Amino acid sequence: MNIQNIINEIEKVDPEVYDRLNGRRNAMKNFASFSGKVALAALPIALGSMFKKAYGKGSGVTGLIDDTLNFALTLEYLEANFYIKGVGTAGLIPAGPGVGALTTIRDHENAHVTFLRTAITALGATPVTFTAANFDFTAMGTFADVFSNYDTFLAVAQTFEDTGVRAYKGQAGNLMANNDILTAALNIHSVEARHASHVRQMRKARGANVKPWITGKDSGIGAVVQASYDGEEVTTQAGVNIVNIGGTTVSAAAASEAFDEILTKDQVAAIVAPFFKP
Amino acid sequence: MPTKNSSEKDLLAVSGGRIQSLSRRNFLGYIGGASALLVTAAACSKDDNNNDNGVDLGKDDIGILNYAYALEQIEAAFYTKIFEAPYSGISASESALLGDIRDHEIAHREFFKAALAGSAIPALELDFSSINFTSRDSVLAAAKTFEDLGVTAYNGAGKLITNPDYLVLAGKIVSVEARHAAYIRDLISNGSFADNTAIDMNGLDMARTPNEVLTLAAPFVKTKLNASNLPNS
Repeated sequence: MNIQNIINEIEKVDPEVYDRLNGRRNAMKNFASFSGKVALAALPIALGSMFKKAYGKGSGVTGLIDDTLNFALTLEYLEANFYIKGVGTAGLIPAGPGVGALTTIRDHENAHVTFLRTAITALGATPVTFTAANFDFTAMGTFADVFSNYDTFLAVAQTFEDTGVRAYKGQAGNLMANNDILTAALNIHSVEARHASHVRQMRKARGANVKPWITGKDSGIGAVVQASYDGEEVTTQAGVNIVNIGGTTVSAAAASEAFDEILTKDQVAAIVAPFFKP
Repeated sequence: MPTKNSSEKDLLAVSGGRIQSLSRRNFLGYIGGASALLVTAAACSKDDNNNDNGVDLGKDDIGILNYAYALEQIEAAFYTKIFEAPYSGISASESALLGDIRDHEIAHREFFKAALAGSAIPALELDFSSINFTSRDSVLAAAKTFEDLGVTAYNGAGKLITNPDYLVLAGKIVSVEARHAAYIRDLISNGSFADNTAIDMNGLDMARTPNEVLTLAAPFVKTKLNASNLPNS
Protein backbone atom coordinates (compact mmCIF):
# COMPACT_ATOMS: atom_id res chain seq x y z
CA MET A 1 0.00 0.00 0.00
CA ASN A 2 1.46 3.35 -1.01
CA ILE A 3 -0.02 5.81 1.43
CA GLN A 4 1.27 8.87 -0.37
CA ASN A 5 -0.46 7.76 -3.57
CA ILE A 6 -3.71 7.37 -1.68
CA ILE A 7 -3.37 10.85 -0.24
CA ASN A 8 -2.55 12.23 -3.69
CA GLU A 9 -5.66 10.61 -5.16
CA ILE A 10 -7.81 12.02 -2.40
CA GLU A 11 -6.24 15.43 -2.88
CA LYS A 12 -7.52 15.47 -6.48
CA VAL A 13 -11.10 15.43 -5.23
CA ASP A 14 -10.51 17.02 -1.88
CA PRO A 15 -7.77 19.67 -1.90
CA GLU A 16 -8.32 20.14 1.81
CA VAL A 17 -7.28 16.61 2.69
CA TYR A 18 -4.06 17.68 4.38
CA ASP A 19 -5.85 20.29 6.47
CA ARG A 20 -8.38 17.67 7.47
CA LEU A 21 -5.53 15.42 8.47
CA ASN A 22 -4.29 18.14 10.80
CA GLY A 23 -1.88 19.69 8.33
CA ARG A 24 0.51 18.01 5.93
CA ARG A 25 3.46 18.07 8.26
CA ASN A 26 1.53 16.49 11.09
CA ALA A 27 -0.21 14.06 8.77
CA MET A 28 3.02 12.72 7.40
CA LYS A 29 4.47 12.59 10.87
CA ASN A 30 1.44 10.54 11.87
CA PHE A 31 2.00 8.15 8.98
CA ALA A 32 5.64 7.72 9.91
CA SER A 33 4.58 7.06 13.45
CA PHE A 34 1.99 4.54 12.36
CA SER A 35 4.34 2.59 10.14
CA GLY A 36 6.76 2.35 13.01
CA LYS A 37 4.25 1.27 15.60
CA VAL A 38 1.62 -0.66 13.75
CA ALA A 39 2.10 -4.09 12.25
CA LEU A 40 1.62 -4.12 8.51
CA ALA A 41 -1.56 -6.18 8.79
CA ALA A 42 -3.13 -3.57 11.02
CA LEU A 43 -2.16 -0.65 8.80
CA PRO A 44 -5.44 -0.54 6.84
CA ILE A 45 -7.35 -0.27 10.11
CA ALA A 46 -5.06 2.44 11.42
CA LEU A 47 -5.36 4.30 8.14
CA GLY A 48 -9.11 3.90 8.20
CA SER A 49 -9.42 5.30 11.68
CA MET A 50 -7.26 8.25 10.70
CA PHE A 51 -9.49 9.05 7.74
CA LYS A 52 -12.47 8.56 9.94
CA LYS A 53 -11.17 11.18 12.33
CA ALA A 54 -10.59 13.48 9.38
CA TYR A 55 -13.90 12.97 7.66
CA GLY A 56 -16.19 11.79 10.44
CA LYS A 57 -18.39 8.73 10.27
CA GLY A 58 -18.64 6.65 7.15
CA SER A 59 -15.38 6.91 5.27
CA GLY A 60 -12.27 4.78 4.99
CA VAL A 61 -11.92 1.14 5.88
CA THR A 62 -13.30 1.57 9.37
CA GLY A 63 -16.27 3.44 7.97
CA LEU A 64 -16.91 0.60 5.55
CA ILE A 65 -16.92 -1.91 8.41
CA ASP A 66 -19.18 0.33 10.51
CA ASP A 67 -21.58 0.76 7.62
CA THR A 68 -21.57 -2.95 6.84
CA LEU A 69 -22.26 -3.89 10.45
CA ASN A 70 -25.06 -1.34 10.68
CA PHE A 71 -26.53 -2.86 7.51
CA ALA A 72 -26.37 -6.29 9.16
CA LEU A 73 -27.85 -4.84 12.35
CA THR A 74 -30.75 -3.42 10.36
CA LEU A 75 -31.53 -6.88 8.96
CA GLU A 76 -31.25 -8.43 12.41
CA TYR A 77 -33.71 -5.88 13.80
CA LEU A 78 -36.09 -6.82 10.99
CA GLU A 79 -35.83 -10.52 11.81
CA ALA A 80 -35.89 -10.08 15.59
CA ASN A 81 -39.01 -7.93 15.53
CA PHE A 82 -40.69 -10.33 13.12
CA TYR A 83 -40.17 -13.34 15.40
CA ILE A 84 -40.95 -11.37 18.57
CA LYS A 85 -44.30 -10.43 17.09
CA GLY A 86 -44.95 -13.90 15.66
CA VAL A 87 -44.06 -15.85 18.79
CA GLY A 88 -46.04 -13.32 20.83
CA THR A 89 -49.19 -13.55 18.72
CA ALA A 90 -51.69 -15.89 20.38
CA GLY A 91 -53.11 -18.52 18.06
CA LEU A 92 -50.58 -18.04 15.26
CA ILE A 93 -48.19 -20.92 15.94
CA PRO A 94 -49.88 -24.29 16.53
CA ALA A 95 -48.92 -26.12 19.71
CA GLY A 96 -46.04 -28.46 18.99
CA PRO A 97 -42.35 -28.34 18.07
CA GLY A 98 -42.82 -25.17 16.00
CA VAL A 99 -43.16 -23.08 19.14
CA GLY A 100 -39.78 -24.16 20.45
CA ALA A 101 -38.07 -23.80 17.08
CA LEU A 102 -39.37 -20.30 16.42
CA THR A 103 -38.55 -19.26 19.98
CA THR A 104 -34.98 -20.49 19.44
CA ILE A 105 -34.73 -18.51 16.22
CA ARG A 106 -36.21 -15.40 17.87
CA ASP A 107 -33.66 -15.63 20.66
CA HIS A 108 -30.80 -15.92 18.16
CA GLU A 109 -31.93 -12.88 16.22
CA ASN A 110 -32.23 -10.89 19.44
CA ALA A 111 -28.75 -12.03 20.43
CA HIS A 112 -27.44 -10.94 17.03
CA VAL A 113 -28.91 -7.47 17.58
CA THR A 114 -27.21 -7.19 20.96
CA PHE A 115 -23.94 -8.59 19.64
CA LEU A 116 -23.78 -6.26 16.63
CA ARG A 117 -24.68 -3.21 18.73
CA THR A 118 -21.82 -4.08 21.07
CA ALA A 119 -19.38 -4.62 18.19
CA ILE A 120 -20.31 -1.38 16.46
CA THR A 121 -20.00 0.56 19.70
CA ALA A 122 -16.63 -1.05 20.39
CA LEU A 123 -15.43 0.18 17.00
CA GLY A 124 -16.28 3.71 18.05
CA ALA A 125 -19.29 4.03 15.78
CA THR A 126 -22.98 4.48 16.50
CA PRO A 127 -25.35 1.53 16.03
CA VAL A 128 -28.67 2.16 14.32
CA THR A 129 -31.81 1.55 16.36
CA PHE A 130 -35.20 0.26 15.25
CA THR A 131 -38.33 -0.59 17.23
CA ALA A 132 -41.48 -2.55 16.44
CA ALA A 133 -43.10 0.68 15.30
CA ASN A 134 -40.67 0.89 12.36
CA PHE A 135 -41.87 -2.29 10.68
CA ASP A 136 -44.75 -3.35 8.46
CA PHE A 137 -44.53 -7.12 8.16
CA THR A 138 -47.42 -7.21 5.71
CA ALA A 139 -45.02 -5.47 3.32
CA MET A 140 -47.64 -2.88 2.42
CA GLY A 141 -50.34 -5.54 2.19
CA THR A 142 -48.47 -8.19 0.23
CA PHE A 143 -48.56 -10.54 3.24
CA ALA A 144 -51.77 -9.20 4.76
CA ASP A 145 -52.34 -12.31 6.92
CA VAL A 146 -48.73 -12.73 8.08
CA PHE A 147 -49.71 -12.86 11.76
CA SER A 148 -52.97 -14.76 11.34
CA ASN A 149 -52.00 -17.41 8.77
CA TYR A 150 -49.17 -19.68 9.95
CA ASP A 151 -48.20 -20.65 6.40
CA THR A 152 -47.80 -17.02 5.42
CA PHE A 153 -45.73 -16.43 8.54
CA LEU A 154 -43.43 -19.35 7.71
CA ALA A 155 -43.14 -18.23 4.08
CA VAL A 156 -41.98 -14.79 5.19
CA ALA A 157 -39.65 -16.43 7.73
CA GLN A 158 -38.09 -18.59 5.04
CA THR A 159 -37.60 -15.57 2.81
CA PHE A 160 -36.00 -13.54 5.59
CA GLU A 161 -33.60 -16.37 6.48
CA ASP A 162 -32.60 -17.21 2.92
CA THR A 163 -32.19 -13.49 2.19
CA GLY A 164 -30.14 -13.03 5.36
CA VAL A 165 -27.76 -15.80 4.33
CA ARG A 166 -27.24 -14.16 0.96
CA ALA A 167 -26.85 -10.72 2.50
CA TYR A 168 -24.11 -11.72 4.97
CA LYS A 169 -22.33 -13.67 2.23
CA GLY A 170 -22.36 -10.60 0.01
CA GLN A 171 -20.82 -8.39 2.69
CA ALA A 172 -18.02 -10.70 3.87
CA GLY A 173 -15.50 -9.09 1.54
CA ASN A 174 -16.13 -5.71 3.15
CA LEU A 175 -15.03 -7.05 6.53
CA MET A 176 -11.70 -8.58 5.49
CA ALA A 177 -9.69 -5.80 7.12
CA ASN A 178 -10.81 -6.93 10.58
CA ASN A 179 -10.36 -10.66 11.26
CA ASP A 180 -12.42 -10.72 14.44
CA ILE A 181 -15.35 -8.93 12.86
CA LEU A 182 -15.17 -11.10 9.73
CA THR A 183 -15.19 -14.30 11.79
CA ALA A 184 -18.11 -13.09 13.89
CA ALA A 185 -20.07 -12.24 10.75
CA LEU A 186 -19.34 -15.69 9.31
CA ASN A 187 -20.46 -17.24 12.59
CA ILE A 188 -23.78 -15.39 12.29
CA HIS A 189 -24.06 -16.24 8.57
CA SER A 190 -24.03 -20.01 9.21
CA VAL A 191 -26.60 -19.67 11.99
CA GLU A 192 -28.95 -17.94 9.56
CA ALA A 193 -28.42 -20.89 7.20
CA ARG A 194 -29.31 -23.32 9.99
CA HIS A 195 -32.48 -21.31 10.59
CA ALA A 196 -33.30 -21.33 6.88
CA SER A 197 -32.85 -25.10 6.75
CA HIS A 198 -35.19 -25.65 9.68
CA VAL A 199 -37.90 -23.23 8.54
CA ARG A 200 -37.85 -24.97 5.15
CA GLN A 201 -38.32 -28.31 6.88
CA MET A 202 -41.23 -26.82 8.85
CA ARG A 203 -42.84 -25.68 5.60
CA LYS A 204 -42.15 -29.06 3.98
CA ALA A 205 -43.96 -30.75 6.88
CA ARG A 206 -46.97 -28.54 6.09
CA GLY A 207 -46.98 -29.52 2.44
CA ALA A 208 -44.76 -26.96 0.76
CA ASN A 209 -42.55 -28.27 -2.02
CA VAL A 210 -39.18 -27.26 -0.58
CA LYS A 211 -36.01 -28.90 0.69
CA PRO A 212 -33.60 -27.62 3.37
CA TRP A 213 -31.51 -26.17 0.50
CA ILE A 214 -32.41 -23.96 -2.43
CA THR A 215 -32.99 -25.75 -5.73
CA GLY A 216 -32.54 -23.62 -8.81
CA LYS A 217 -34.20 -20.29 -8.06
CA ASP A 218 -37.38 -21.88 -6.71
CA SER A 219 -38.77 -20.24 -3.59
CA GLY A 220 -41.65 -22.65 -3.09
CA ILE A 221 -43.60 -19.50 -2.22
CA GLY A 222 -44.39 -17.50 -5.31
CA ALA A 223 -43.49 -14.54 -7.45
CA VAL A 224 -43.77 -12.03 -4.60
CA VAL A 225 -40.49 -13.23 -3.10
CA GLN A 226 -38.68 -14.06 -6.33
CA ALA A 227 -36.10 -11.31 -5.90
CA SER A 228 -34.74 -13.21 -2.90
CA TYR A 229 -34.08 -16.28 -5.04
CA ASP A 230 -33.03 -14.93 -8.43
CA GLY A 231 -29.42 -15.86 -9.13
CA GLU A 232 -29.47 -19.01 -6.99
CA GLU A 233 -29.86 -21.10 -10.14
CA VAL A 234 -26.26 -20.79 -11.30
CA THR A 235 -24.40 -24.05 -11.92
CA THR A 236 -20.98 -22.59 -12.69
CA GLN A 237 -18.55 -21.50 -9.96
CA ALA A 238 -15.37 -19.55 -10.66
CA GLY A 239 -15.60 -20.62 -14.28
CA VAL A 240 -15.98 -24.30 -13.38
CA ASN A 241 -19.11 -26.06 -14.60
CA ILE A 242 -20.46 -28.09 -11.69
CA VAL A 243 -22.95 -30.22 -13.65
CA ASN A 244 -21.47 -33.72 -14.13
CA ILE A 245 -18.16 -32.33 -12.91
CA GLY A 246 -15.17 -34.66 -13.05
CA GLY A 247 -17.13 -37.48 -14.65
CA THR A 248 -19.67 -37.55 -11.81
CA THR A 249 -23.46 -37.46 -12.15
CA VAL A 250 -24.07 -34.18 -10.32
CA SER A 251 -27.36 -32.86 -11.73
CA ALA A 252 -28.11 -29.22 -12.48
CA ALA A 253 -30.43 -29.20 -9.46
CA ALA A 254 -27.72 -30.51 -7.14
CA ALA A 255 -25.15 -28.16 -8.70
CA SER A 256 -27.36 -25.17 -7.87
CA GLU A 257 -28.13 -26.46 -4.36
CA ALA A 258 -24.48 -27.09 -3.53
CA PHE A 259 -23.60 -23.39 -3.60
CA ASP A 260 -25.62 -20.54 -2.06
CA GLU A 261 -25.23 -17.24 -3.88
CA ILE A 262 -24.70 -13.66 -2.72
CA LEU A 263 -26.99 -10.67 -2.88
CA THR A 264 -25.57 -7.17 -3.03
CA LYS A 265 -26.44 -4.57 -0.44
CA ASP A 266 -28.65 -2.75 -2.96
CA GLN A 267 -30.49 -5.95 -3.85
CA VAL A 268 -31.12 -6.73 -0.20
CA ALA A 269 -32.21 -3.16 0.52
CA ALA A 270 -34.76 -3.35 -2.30
CA ILE A 271 -36.07 -6.68 -1.00
CA VAL A 272 -36.57 -5.54 2.59
CA ALA A 273 -37.66 -1.97 1.89
CA PRO A 274 -41.43 -2.80 1.85
CA PHE A 275 -41.11 -4.13 5.41
CA PHE A 276 -39.95 -0.76 6.75
CA LYS A 277 -42.54 1.93 7.34
CA PRO A 278 -41.76 5.07 5.40
CA MET B 1 29.28 -69.56 11.48
CA PRO B 2 29.39 -66.10 9.83
CA THR B 3 32.66 -64.63 8.75
CA LYS B 4 33.62 -61.05 9.58
CA ASN B 5 34.58 -59.78 6.15
CA SER B 6 31.13 -59.12 4.81
CA SER B 7 28.80 -56.39 6.07
CA GLU B 8 25.88 -58.41 4.80
CA LYS B 9 26.84 -61.24 7.04
CA ASP B 10 27.48 -58.82 9.92
CA LEU B 11 23.84 -57.80 9.68
CA LEU B 12 22.86 -61.43 9.83
CA ALA B 13 25.03 -61.64 12.92
CA VAL B 14 23.10 -58.76 14.54
CA SER B 15 19.77 -60.26 13.72
CA GLY B 16 20.98 -63.57 15.11
CA GLY B 17 21.75 -61.94 18.43
CA ARG B 18 25.44 -62.41 18.01
CA ILE B 19 26.56 -58.80 17.82
CA GLN B 20 29.49 -59.74 20.04
CA SER B 21 30.99 -61.52 17.06
CA LEU B 22 31.36 -58.28 15.10
CA SER B 23 34.79 -56.75 15.03
CA ARG B 24 35.06 -53.11 16.03
CA ARG B 25 36.03 -52.23 12.49
CA ASN B 26 32.99 -53.85 10.93
CA PHE B 27 30.70 -52.48 13.60
CA LEU B 28 31.74 -48.92 12.79
CA GLY B 29 31.32 -49.67 9.12
CA TYR B 30 27.78 -50.86 9.76
CA ILE B 31 26.85 -47.76 11.77
CA GLY B 32 28.33 -45.57 9.05
CA GLY B 33 26.14 -47.23 6.47
CA ALA B 34 23.07 -46.75 8.64
CA SER B 35 23.89 -43.08 9.07
CA ALA B 36 24.16 -42.68 5.34
CA LEU B 37 20.70 -44.18 4.96
CA LEU B 38 19.28 -41.74 7.51
CA VAL B 39 20.82 -38.82 5.67
CA THR B 40 19.28 -40.03 2.43
CA ALA B 41 15.89 -40.30 4.09
CA ALA B 42 16.17 -36.79 5.49
CA ALA B 43 17.13 -35.42 2.09
CA CYS B 44 14.09 -37.08 0.53
CA SER B 45 11.74 -35.55 3.07
CA LYS B 46 12.48 -32.08 1.79
CA ASP B 47 11.07 -32.59 -1.67
CA ASP B 48 8.91 -35.67 -1.38
CA ASN B 49 5.31 -34.65 -0.66
CA ASN B 50 4.29 -37.95 0.87
CA ASN B 51 6.62 -38.81 3.72
CA ASP B 52 6.73 -38.80 7.49
CA ASN B 53 5.67 -35.14 7.62
CA GLY B 54 2.56 -36.00 5.66
CA VAL B 55 0.93 -34.53 2.59
CA ASP B 56 1.73 -30.83 2.50
CA LEU B 57 -1.49 -28.83 2.11
CA GLY B 58 0.60 -25.90 0.94
CA LYS B 59 0.62 -22.25 1.95
CA ASP B 60 -1.47 -19.10 1.52
CA ASP B 61 -4.81 -19.34 -0.25
CA ILE B 62 -3.80 -22.53 -2.07
CA GLY B 63 -3.19 -24.17 1.28
CA ILE B 64 -6.63 -23.16 2.53
CA LEU B 65 -8.26 -24.44 -0.66
CA ASN B 66 -6.44 -27.77 -0.24
CA TYR B 67 -7.57 -27.86 3.39
CA ALA B 68 -11.17 -27.43 2.20
CA TYR B 69 -10.57 -30.04 -0.52
CA ALA B 70 -9.41 -32.51 2.14
CA LEU B 71 -12.55 -31.96 4.22
CA GLU B 72 -14.82 -32.28 1.21
CA GLN B 73 -13.07 -35.55 0.29
CA ILE B 74 -14.00 -36.93 3.71
CA GLU B 75 -17.63 -35.82 3.46
CA ALA B 76 -18.12 -36.98 -0.12
CA ALA B 77 -16.63 -40.41 0.61
CA PHE B 78 -18.72 -40.78 3.75
CA TYR B 79 -22.04 -40.09 2.02
CA THR B 80 -21.04 -42.21 -0.95
CA LYS B 81 -20.39 -45.12 1.41
CA ILE B 82 -23.84 -44.71 3.01
CA PHE B 83 -25.41 -45.52 -0.34
CA GLU B 84 -23.30 -48.61 -0.96
CA ALA B 85 -25.56 -50.29 1.60
CA PRO B 86 -28.10 -47.93 3.20
CA TYR B 87 -28.99 -48.59 6.83
CA SER B 88 -32.14 -50.59 7.36
CA GLY B 89 -35.31 -48.55 7.72
CA ILE B 90 -34.03 -45.57 5.74
CA SER B 91 -37.10 -43.57 4.69
CA ALA B 92 -37.74 -42.34 1.18
CA SER B 93 -37.31 -38.77 2.38
CA GLU B 94 -34.02 -39.52 4.15
CA SER B 95 -32.75 -41.42 1.14
CA ALA B 96 -33.59 -38.52 -1.16
CA LEU B 97 -32.10 -35.78 1.01
CA LEU B 98 -29.00 -37.72 2.09
CA GLY B 99 -28.54 -38.42 -1.61
CA ASP B 100 -28.73 -34.67 -2.24
CA ILE B 101 -26.09 -34.07 0.41
CA ARG B 102 -23.86 -36.73 -1.15
CA ASP B 103 -24.13 -34.97 -4.49
CA HIS B 104 -23.44 -31.56 -2.92
CA GLU B 105 -20.29 -32.87 -1.25
CA ILE B 106 -19.15 -34.53 -4.46
CA ALA B 107 -19.74 -31.22 -6.24
CA HIS B 108 -17.65 -29.41 -3.61
CA ARG B 109 -14.86 -31.98 -3.79
CA GLU B 110 -14.68 -31.96 -7.56
CA PHE B 111 -14.91 -28.17 -7.66
CA PHE B 112 -11.84 -27.82 -5.43
CA LYS B 113 -10.00 -30.48 -7.39
CA ALA B 114 -10.69 -28.65 -10.63
CA ALA B 115 -9.93 -25.22 -9.20
CA LEU B 116 -6.65 -26.34 -7.64
CA ALA B 117 -5.61 -28.30 -10.73
CA GLY B 118 -1.88 -29.02 -10.46
CA SER B 119 -1.74 -27.69 -6.89
CA ALA B 120 -4.31 -30.17 -5.58
CA ILE B 121 -3.30 -32.69 -2.94
CA PRO B 122 -3.84 -36.34 -3.92
CA ALA B 123 -6.90 -38.40 -3.07
CA LEU B 124 -6.78 -39.19 0.64
CA GLU B 125 -6.93 -42.64 2.14
CA LEU B 126 -9.84 -42.62 4.59
CA ASP B 127 -10.92 -44.78 7.50
CA PHE B 128 -14.60 -45.05 8.37
CA SER B 129 -14.17 -48.24 10.41
CA SER B 130 -15.48 -46.49 13.53
CA ILE B 131 -18.85 -45.95 11.83
CA ASN B 132 -21.48 -48.70 11.74
CA PHE B 133 -23.08 -48.12 8.37
CA THR B 134 -25.90 -50.57 9.13
CA SER B 135 -27.01 -48.36 12.03
CA ARG B 136 -29.05 -45.20 11.43
CA ASP B 137 -27.88 -43.77 14.76
CA SER B 138 -24.23 -44.36 13.95
CA VAL B 139 -24.51 -42.92 10.44
CA LEU B 140 -26.41 -39.81 11.54
CA ALA B 141 -24.07 -39.21 14.48
CA ALA B 142 -21.11 -39.30 12.08
CA ALA B 143 -22.94 -37.06 9.61
CA LYS B 144 -23.60 -34.53 12.37
CA THR B 145 -19.92 -34.60 13.34
CA PHE B 146 -18.81 -33.99 9.76
CA GLU B 147 -21.33 -31.24 9.02
CA ASP B 148 -20.82 -29.30 12.24
CA LEU B 149 -17.07 -29.70 11.80
CA GLY B 150 -17.30 -28.42 8.23
CA VAL B 151 -19.20 -25.33 9.34
CA THR B 152 -16.64 -24.48 12.02
CA ALA B 153 -13.80 -25.18 9.60
CA TYR B 154 -15.04 -22.79 6.93
CA ASN B 155 -15.96 -20.19 9.55
CA GLY B 156 -12.43 -20.37 10.93
CA ALA B 157 -10.78 -20.37 7.52
CA GLY B 158 -12.47 -17.17 6.34
CA LYS B 159 -9.97 -14.86 7.99
CA LEU B 160 -7.04 -16.87 6.59
CA ILE B 161 -8.10 -16.20 3.00
CA THR B 162 -6.62 -13.21 1.19
CA ASN B 163 -8.46 -13.32 -2.14
CA PRO B 164 -12.00 -11.89 -1.74
CA ASP B 165 -13.29 -14.19 -4.50
CA TYR B 166 -12.15 -17.25 -2.55
CA LEU B 167 -13.77 -15.85 0.59
CA VAL B 168 -17.08 -15.61 -1.27
CA LEU B 169 -16.64 -19.16 -2.57
CA ALA B 170 -16.05 -20.44 0.94
CA GLY B 171 -19.14 -18.53 2.00
CA LYS B 172 -21.20 -20.11 -0.77
CA ILE B 173 -20.24 -23.55 0.51
CA VAL B 174 -20.38 -23.02 4.27
CA SER B 175 -24.02 -21.98 4.29
CA VAL B 176 -24.89 -25.18 2.43
CA GLU B 177 -22.93 -27.17 5.01
CA ALA B 178 -24.91 -25.37 7.71
CA ARG B 179 -28.17 -26.30 5.95
CA HIS B 180 -26.95 -29.92 5.97
CA ALA B 181 -25.95 -29.72 9.63
CA ALA B 182 -29.37 -28.40 10.64
CA TYR B 183 -31.16 -31.09 8.64
CA ILE B 184 -29.04 -33.93 10.08
CA ARG B 185 -29.46 -32.58 13.60
CA ASP B 186 -33.22 -32.43 13.13
CA LEU B 187 -33.22 -36.04 11.90
CA ILE B 188 -31.50 -37.03 15.13
CA SER B 189 -33.67 -34.81 17.32
CA ASN B 190 -36.20 -32.43 15.83
CA GLY B 191 -35.50 -28.87 16.94
CA SER B 192 -31.77 -29.35 17.55
CA PHE B 193 -30.83 -27.56 14.29
CA ALA B 194 -29.10 -24.76 16.19
CA ASP B 195 -29.08 -25.78 19.83
CA ASN B 196 -26.57 -24.70 22.44
CA THR B 197 -24.15 -27.52 21.57
CA ALA B 198 -23.49 -25.66 18.31
CA ILE B 199 -24.48 -22.04 18.99
CA ASP B 200 -23.17 -19.82 21.78
CA MET B 201 -25.01 -17.30 23.95
CA ASN B 202 -24.43 -14.55 21.39
CA GLY B 203 -26.26 -16.59 18.78
CA LEU B 204 -22.99 -17.35 16.96
CA ASP B 205 -21.82 -20.58 15.38
CA MET B 206 -18.28 -21.66 16.23
CA ALA B 207 -15.07 -21.21 14.25
CA ARG B 208 -12.15 -23.63 14.48
CA THR B 209 -8.55 -23.34 13.34
CA PRO B 210 -7.23 -25.80 10.75
CA ASN B 211 -5.21 -27.59 13.42
CA GLU B 212 -8.27 -28.02 15.63
CA VAL B 213 -10.31 -29.30 12.71
CA LEU B 214 -7.65 -31.68 11.41
CA THR B 215 -7.16 -33.13 14.88
CA LEU B 216 -10.88 -33.88 15.07
CA ALA B 217 -10.87 -35.30 11.55
CA ALA B 218 -7.72 -37.37 12.07
CA PRO B 219 -9.51 -40.59 13.20
CA PHE B 220 -11.13 -40.73 9.75
CA VAL B 221 -8.03 -40.00 7.69
CA LYS B 222 -5.24 -42.53 7.19
CA THR B 223 -3.18 -40.22 5.03
CA LYS B 224 -1.09 -37.95 7.23
CA LEU B 225 -1.71 -34.28 6.49
CA ASN B 226 0.82 -31.53 7.03
CA ALA B 227 -0.88 -28.22 7.80
CA SER B 228 2.26 -26.50 9.06
CA ASN B 229 2.51 -24.19 6.06
CA LEU B 230 -1.06 -22.90 6.26
CA PRO B 231 -1.45 -19.22 7.16
CA ASN B 232 -2.12 -18.40 10.82
CA SER B 233 -3.91 -15.10 10.38
